Amino acid sequence: MTLTDLPMRTSATVEAVEDRVPNDAISRRLRELGFVDGEQVQVMAAGPLGAEPLLVQIGYTRFALRREEAARVRVRSNGASPA
Amino acid sequence: MNAAAAPLRLALIGNPNSGKTALFNLLTGSRQKVANYAGVTVERKEGRLVAPSGRQYAVLDLPGAYSLHPASLDEAIARDVCRGFYPGEPAPDALVCVVDATNLRLHLRFVLELREIGKPMIVALNMADAARRRGIAIDVDALQRELGVPVVETVAVRSGGAKALVEALDRMDLAAAPTKPLSEHHGAGAEAASAQDLHAETRRLLALAVTMPRRTARIDDALDRWLLHPVFGLFALAAVMFLIFQAVYAWATPVMDGIDAGTAALGEWIGATLPEGPLNSLLVDGIIAGVGGVIVFLPQILILFAFILALEESGYLPRAAFLLDRMMAAAGLSGRSFIPLLSSFACAIPGIMATRSIQDPRDRLATIMVAPLMTCSARLPVYALLIGAFIPQQKVGLLGINVFNLQGLVLFALYAAGILSALAVSWVMKKWRRDKSEHALLLELPSYRLPHPRDLLIGLYERAMIFLKRVGGIILALTILLWFLLSFPAAPPDAVGPAIDYSFAGRIGHAMTAVFAPVGFNWQICIALIPGMAAREVAVSSLATVYALSAADDDAAAQALSPLIADGWSLATALSLLVWFIYAPQCISTLATIRRETNSWKQVAISAGYLFALAYLASFVTYQVAVALGAG
Repeated sequence: MTLTDLPMRTSATVEAVEDRVPNDAISRRLRELGFVDGEQVQVMAAGPLGAEPLLVQIGYTRFALRREEAARVRVRSNGASPA
Repeated sequence: MNAAAAPLRLALIGNPNSGKTALFNLLTGSRQKVANYAGVTVERKEGRLVAPSGRQYAVLDLPGAYSLHPASLDEAIARDVCRGFYPGEPAPDALVCVVDATNLRLHLRFVLELREIGKPMIVALNMADAARRRGIAIDVDALQRELGVPVVETVAVRSGGAKALVEALDRMDLAAAPTKPLSEHHGAGAEAASAQDLHAETRRLLALAVTMPRRTARIDDALDRWLLHPVFGLFALAAVMFLIFQAVYAWATPVMDGIDAGTAALGEWIGATLPEGPLNSLLVDGIIAGVGGVIVFLPQILILFAFILALEESGYLPRAAFLLDRMMAAAGLSGRSFIPLLSSFACAIPGIMATRSIQDPRDRLATIMVAPLMTCSARLPVYALLIGAFIPQQKVGLLGINVFNLQGLVLFALYAAGILSALAVSWVMKKWRRDKSEHALLLELPSYRLPHPRDLLIGLYERAMIFLKRVGGIILALTILLWFLLSFPAAPPDAVGPAIDYSFAGRIGHAMTAVFAPVGFNWQICIALIPGMAAREVAVSSLATVYALSAADDDAAAQALSPLIADGWSLATALSLLVWFIYAPQCISTLATIRRETNSWKQVAISAGYLFALAYLASFVTYQVAVALGAG
């Protein structure tokens, strides 16, 4: 699943960031910001309209990602227990 | 290296929100020079530092960057300058990489990337105090050993907080470059692997040298839970916006009135002291009025920027952008456009200057383009005059309850028309843009911090200087040109009409009637539009001049004018002029600010052109419809 499918405040692990287009600059930037294999990630909040953007905790940092950006991040859930 | 040699060139580089600029302010104090990088509107800040050893440094504060693969113009400049590739910028002798000690997972990766440039480098572990408070333990020696470059702790918001950094700089041997190249990968295909390597190395360093009790600060979690809440968060945002709007609108007014009164008094005194003649007129009506017209904007600019800087430094501004992004994106803007647009209700000039907090150049330009559509306070006197003269003061009801004042409703409609036009224009701009590429939000929400007064004061001083030096010059020059058009040639001694009728401006006004007849403007309105270019509210006193009224001040002018135009103009003309002022392209101060902020006359021409076209079109439709309905 991707970050957009992840329930709020549920800890997950990043698997990869997928390119939408060849040499996807947004995906590269996401990887540079720490969205790489094995990192712990959580969706902390969502914007008031249409649950956009998402507030995502990665490493020690919080980023606001639009759903289109968050959909590039493939994650696996860390099991049922919320963090 | 001796002390008399040329100063060493240091470049401060680091992620956004690393406290880099605060550290720069601490190192260089008020010895700063703010300009732009050649050919672009990215701010270039340089300052001087004299170490206790006597060694001199020229410190350059590079734009914040996450990576050396640039995603914005700011980042491209940061990369090119620190590599020494930027035209006209000498290569730095050493880099000071500023990292946030509480956010090392992100920032250390950039340190590793920068190390590969191979320049002498020091890592400044900034916000060391905040890290300690949160119980984060960093083994500086281990970090230094593993990175192969000096690592020092700094606290940018405490005086003396950069002492260790300056000492380390003095000790630094510039011949020595970092010796531990990390990646052996080069060329195509290596990029992904190298990105993974940097992350793996970052993780290794963190495991080795950093222990962290919690990934985030408790206070951030608590505040975000409330301030980003879909209901309470919006409520809090509305309260903040209301406060800013009130401050810019209300608190600035007494000071602005004071400046107006001061320049008027000075003008009168000089006018009475000097002999009558063109020199007297140039000084009083040209230069003093022009300088007064420039500094009258300062109170609003300073109040607005005090708020914006405090919000930016405290970390709230990106949160406001988070809450508003979806709404603004629908219209082709970004969440960060909101505050500049809000402040444009007071005046478009501080509003346009405030677009500097929008990093994306495309969003920034779109915001600059629509900012003049927000109904600024200078349009109010014109609205008040016309509404007072033409709209009956009657209650209109809804469901049998007469609660709304018709005059108030018209004023509200004028404000709403401005906002809707702005949304429509930015939406059309978004549709027409050739560049359809996806623009990422990818906005970091940094830890909440208490802003430091020194950083706020330096920021305010810079804004004031930028306005006075760069915008003020253009406004002053145009005001003097306008004075010339309004004053020459002088009226003949046997003149019957008002003097303005004989001037160039008067002739231009008469000639304009040909163009403006279809929108219902008579020659008096056309002439008043010309001095109205200096500031829109001047249109009221100019109308009084054209109608040969002698009025002591603007209020008296409006009072005397009201019955005159109520008799002389048709309702269609009045409505048409009201609609004209929704768009009102003719504000030279706004155009001067657009010129300054976009560094392009083309953008000035585009914005003046489209505003004029919209104003003309809307007034034309209003006038013709009103005439057809029998209001002509």
